[in-house]
Amino acid sequence: MVKWTDFECATIQDIFSKIDYDVVGPAALSRCLIVYPWTQRYFGGFGNLYKAAAITSNPKVAAHGKVVIAGLEKAVKNMDDIKTTYKDLSVLHSEKLQVDPDNFNLLADCLTVVVAGQMGAAFTPEGHAAFQKFLAVVVASLRKQYN
Amino acid sequence: MSLSAKDKKTVKTFWAKISSNGETIGADALSRMLVVYPQTKTYFSHWKDLSPGSAPVKKHGATVMAGVADAVAKIDDLTSGLLSLSELHAFTLRVDPSNFKILSHSILVVLAIMFPTDFTPEVHVAMDKFLAAVARALSEKYR
Repeated sequence: MVKWTDFECATIQDIFSKIDYDVVGPAALSRCLIVYPWTQRYFGGFGNLYKAAAITSNPKVAAHGKVVIAGLEKAVKNMDDIKTTYKDLSVLHSEKLQVDPDNFNLLADCLTVVVAGQMGAAFTPEGHAAFQKFLAVVVASLRKQYN
Repeated sequence: MSLSAKDKKTVKTFWAKISSNGETIGADALSRMLVVYPQTKTYFSHWKDLSPGSAPVKKHGATVMAGVADAVAKIDDLTSGLLSLSELHAFTLRVDPSNFKILSHSILVVLAIMFPTDFTPEVHVAMDKFLAAVARALSEKYR
């Protein structure tokens, strides 16, 4: 059972209320595909991913970025039991998508960079720590059904 | 994952833009690291105050970024350029190398905060590669 302090709860709700999902989702996914190009292995059907500019303007990447952040919102809305909330998503990533779970951390790092860029100094060290803990719980929950 | 000529150029160009903020970047990155990854505090038990922006954190942040600046200047041969720093980390400080990744990530987050328009995905990948190369050079003498 993950224990969240009031500060952590409030911070996560606050961050997600402030960020523009339509910008952050696509930006985080495209940054991941650019900074960690081996992650492109999961997106063979997305067309042109050859250059950074192609990735950033790729409509399939943008659409999928929105899908990913919508998935994250489920965790934001169910912080008291992210593990159960993500059970089916974990099975999906393990059995159907067959994503190496170490990649979850790469996307999480890119999301942090994008959120930091959006929020600027408002992304304080303490807020950053809460966000990091949230992402760690999300990643652990996504890993849970792998075997 | 070695640095291409393009990576080196990107790093040098970006560094030229941001180097005057070195001390602030270092202080914020270190402050963040200690708060976001509390296990890193174990290396600084000799400091009185580990809170963000404290005097020892600021001073050490500046020291770390001076090392990064040195690495930019020696980007064509990091292994020999950072030899004495590697010996320091290996034999005296004995910092577990997994922490280099943690500090690198913290630096990247600070760069995103301070330079949102300049820290494009292309600059991000070059800087991430560069900091990873610096970490490798620092790990050289460990065993």
